[in-house]
Amino acid sequence: MQFNRRRSNHRVESHPVGLGLADGLGSEGSTPTSDGPTAVPVSVSRRNVLKKLGAGGLAVAAPALGLGAMVKPENAQEDRPALGPRGRVRQWGMIIDLRRCDGCQSQGTPPQCTLACIEGHLAPEPMEWIEIYENEMSGGGTQFLPTPCQQCENPPCVNVCPVAATYSQPDGIVAIDQERCIGCRLCMAACPYDRRFFNWGTAPVPPEALLADYSPAHQVPAKRGTVMKCDFCTDLVRAGSLPQCVQACPQDAIYYGDLEEDIATNGVEVVGFQDYLTRNNTYRLKEDLGTRPRVHYIPGHGEDVGRDPESTGRLPTEWPWADRAKGAVTWER
Amino acid sequence: MGEVTESPKVHPGTGESAWDDRLDEHVIAPVKRAGRGYVLWLVGLSAMIVWGVFAYSTQVRDGLYVTGMRDRISWGLYISSFVFFIGISHAGTLISAILRVSNASWRTPITRIAESITVVALVTGGLMVIVDMGKPLRLYQMFINGNWQSPLMWDMFAITIYLTASVTYLLVPMVPDLALFRDRLDGRVPRFQWWIYAVFSFGWRGNTAQKKSLTKSISLLAVLIIPIAVSVHTVVSWIFAMTLRVSWNSTIFGFFFVTGAIFSGIAALILVLAVVRRRFHLQEYITSVHFEYLGYLLLTAAMVMLYSNASEYITKGFHASEDDLFAFRELFLTEFAPLYWFYFFGGLVFPILIVAFKRTRNVIGLSIASAFVLVAMFIERYFIVVAGLRVPLMPYEPASYAPTWVEWSVFGAGLALFLLLLTLFTKFFPVLAVWEMKEEHEARMARVPTEHEAVEQ
Ligand code: SF4
Ligand code: SF4
Repeated sequence: MQFNRRRSNHRVESHPVGLGLADGLGSEGSTPTSDGPTAVPVSVSRRNVLKKLGAGGLAVAAPALGLGAMVKPENAQEDRPALGPRGRVRQWGMIIDLRRCDGCQSQGTPPQCTLACIEGHLAPEPMEWIEIYENEMSGGGTQFLPTPCQQCENPPCVNVCPVAATYSQPDGIVAIDQERCIGCRLCMAACPYDRRFFNWGTAPVPPEALLADYSPAHQVPAKRGTVMKCDFCTDLVRAGSLPQCVQACPQDAIYYGDLEEDIATNGVEVVGFQDYLTRNNTYRLKEDLGTRPRVHYIPGHGEDVGRDPESTGRLPTEWPWADRAKGAVTWER
Repeated sequence: MGEVTESPKVHPGTGESAWDDRLDEHVIAPVKRAGRGYVLWLVGLSAMIVWGVFAYSTQVRDGLYVTGMRDRISWGLYISSFVFFIGISHAGTLISAILRVSNASWRTPITRIAESITVVALVTGGLMVIVDMGKPLRLYQMFINGNWQSPLMWDMFAITIYLTASVTYLLVPMVPDLALFRDRLDGRVPRFQWWIYAVFSFGWRGNTAQKKSLTKSISLLAVLIIPIAVSVHTVVSWIFAMTLRVSWNSTIFGFFFVTGAIFSGIAALILVLAVVRRRFHLQEYITSVHFEYLGYLLLTAAMVMLYSNASEYITKGFHASEDDLFAFRELFLTEFAPLYWFYFFGGLVFPILIVAFKRTRNVIGLSIASAFVLVAMFIERYFIVVAGLRVPLMPYEPASYAPTWVEWSVFGAGLALFLLLLTLFTKFFPVLAVWEMKEEHEARMARVPTEHEAVEQ
């Protein structure tokens, strides 16, 4: 296993097994740069482009703006679930290898997965849809625990939502329709993993977020008074790319895959999903609750990348656009 | 507004006894009188409501950001007061219905007030939950996209049904009394007000057929409303119990909430009765006996509350998972300990003692006890909500919560609205079930007086 490879290695150029994840990567025009996640947030020079844009040019220029799949192409098919090679609906899942997660301590940066997620989703401060908790271990020391929404198969949040604004998709992803959410926050009380975030005020997001076509698949732009959470990057995946966090992890600790086709990848190697679970003694968080998460963990504390469990603390996450968003407020979690 | 001078006219030609006439006058009196204190009271309450509306407008402008709630403690004062007011609503209907079904005749003079508390508290409680929503204008979504799996959906239906039922249950037994107002106040009150009495007395003439169908509908309603009321507070508790949080996910929650509702309901009833009886000089009808009996009910409810507390905490304490221990430590020893022990001693033990001793079992004693119960039950709702949410779900520092001025103001407005509606009700509608009292009085008179009563007369 290799570590600390550069970003460009994360491209899954053409995959022999045909995960389908690779097919559209780069084809959206979001060519990965050599040192950043695929969907690069808008840079200053691009703001000029933004000004010149007419509504018609938006779809074309959207990838350049970092909006990626967030602007609907003419023949949008995003309501159709992704299908595997045998025509069955894909069942997305994740494996997180804690042996390789060091909370990006060795990089000397805040967790890269969280950062990529924030930038890719234009997520408002202080939302960390994938959050790195630091968990005490029984024998002392700590482990880092990257925690996206667990995409529960028996999701308490879906069960309690009075208007079905939170719902389970055929592909196993739990999504939120912020155009329907009434902001009752019952789902936040119900989620046992602290994975839901509320837009308490007008959230700080970059101005270009307002250009995106809203869809539950990417939740941009954020809407005040509604709930948000990790969406497993279903729009990126539909476009043939891996989720932001998977792409960004310098240690390749996160695998994303299809339980139906029984295959998963961290962008470098491809593994059999079930087989990998068994071989690595994976577990799921709070399994006794019966939520049946789709996120599996391989026990560890970063030992594979040389982390000492006593070296506690990770750098705090920063949101790049807090000061660029006019009239917006931030809050503590 | 009813500026008719006080003139105890005896209505001519009805052939009613002197007792009946006096009762009529007593009940009609509030409609005619509007003292300075009363006006001040109304102005004060309205000011509180206006201030609350202003506070809420800042919330509409800036979002729930202006509250103290955040992701990890995502409910606070609003939801606590929602639970509290819905609890108070059990004062009326449930108590009056249970007493009616069990033929406890002493209930007659207090039922009307009890039932009005129910309606008013339900309206206020319902508003408190809407105030808590991030997108209140989308409420209609619950009707077009409702998810039957959601406890909040059950809640909405239970509360709507309960509101309908208790308005009916308030209105139906009031028909003959509204007819009394219609007949006696014609021309003495503004036209619109009289018109209300006329419409809602549904052409009541008091003939035998009407009386028969009235009695029938009342007993049917009384039986129906008990399960509805019980279900309401059960599903309110299920908003909490149906989540997987350690402090909430418990089978006792439904029972616990219903008991708490009845408990706080009785306290509210005692307090309102004490005020109404003093203000409207109804000491003759609402006697110390009523307070004594209500005191016994309060005592019973307090005992059941103690029992539920013991049952819940001892079971959980024996299990003593890490989260249970965290919750217990916060509740009994640290963060919420002052609140909890106030609730325990001030809200449960103290009222029990007040009722237990004959010397304190009087109107004043019971009013004080009830005030304590109400405060304590509000606190209980608060720490159930907030302390329950504070138990960390993942390895993070426990979040903290303190209501902001906006939340306090909106809560204050809720309280003011509750009192205002109640005041207006007692002002414009018959606060006693006059016709029932008359009937009972007649029955009492017709009976051969027992030795005891004979001596009294
Ligand atoms: S806050 Fe929104 S998503 Fe959550 S339960 Fe309420 S309506 Fe559903
Ligand atoms: S982790 Fe929480 S938000 Fe995600 S599906 Fe499970 S209950 Fe819902």
